[in-house]
Amino acid sequence: MRAKVHVFLKPGVLDVQGKAVEQALHGLGWNEVEHVRVGKTIEFDLKSGDAAAAEAEVKAMCEKLLANTVIESYRVELA
Amino acid sequence: MKAAVIVFPGSNCDRDCKVAIERSTGAKVEMVWHGDTALPDGLDLIVLPGGFSYGDYLRCGAMASLSPAMTEVKAAAERGVAVVGICNGFQVLCEAQMLPGALLRNEKLKYVCKAVELEVTNSQTRFTAGYAGRREVAMTVGNGEGNFFADEATLDRLEGEGQVVFRYRDNPNGSSRDIAGIVNARGNVLGLMPHPDRAFEAELGSADGAILFQSALASA
Repeated sequence: MRAKVHVFLKPGVLDVQGKAVEQALHGLGWNEVEHVRVGKTIEFDLKSGDAAAAEAEVKAMCEKLLANTVIESYRVELA
Repeated sequence: MKAAVIVFPGSNCDRDCKVAIERSTGAKVEMVWHGDTALPDGLDLIVLPGGFSYGDYLRCGAMASLSPAMTEVKAAAERGVAVVGICNGFQVLCEAQMLPGALLRNEKLKYVCKAVELEVTNSQTRFTAGYAGRREVAMTVGNGEGNFFADEATLDRLEGEGQVVFRYRDNPNGSSRDIAGIVNARGNVLGLMPHPDRAFEAELGSADGAILFQSALASA
């Protein structure tokens, strides 16, 4: 089973990198772009075949290490 | 008096801290590798140094906060031992949840490396008692992710409880409410982005950092 964890700064936390990318896109003429957020994706394989158990495990990994929930939110995809 | 500096892979101010503490206080300083599962006996002060622990991978300080030595540092802090995290060490303390909040990318996305003037907002802590009567001290900063962030309620609480101990006169990185350093509720864990270890004798431009180490050990 392949896990994808998407980590982004929470909505209330200023994403300065996203702001810089947004300004660069505006500079290239894409003025319709707004609310750019830059995050990261962490992918890995899991030996477990049980989707529910795997999801609980990956969420525990996010809480413990992969995300800092003071400033970040995360979303887990399993396939 | 005895102090320890925790050395993570990627720490680069560990020796600076050792020299700064020795010359400021005369204390014996032991270096502790991050993989160690025990700390030296009888420590009065533990310092988490600046640098780029674990290459700043994932988030600054995230992996260091889970290293075996940090389990011991947490236990020592719970026993009341004084702990100071400088720069990357401050990030480690936040990631370890020994201090509230987090350090974000600097507001202008730039690494800042310069001398800063700090206001001592609380000189009643065990780390800042030596600054009593002084409103301003000089140190230097060197950080890319030194932008202190916490939610409004946490910031209000930190200010209300006197846990904000240093503020920037001229905020170099966008830190909430100009915060440069905070202590935990108990007052025995300090995190700060400026480097007292780079300001411990006049030849370095400022000797104000020495007072911090002297205060920390005088209170032990």
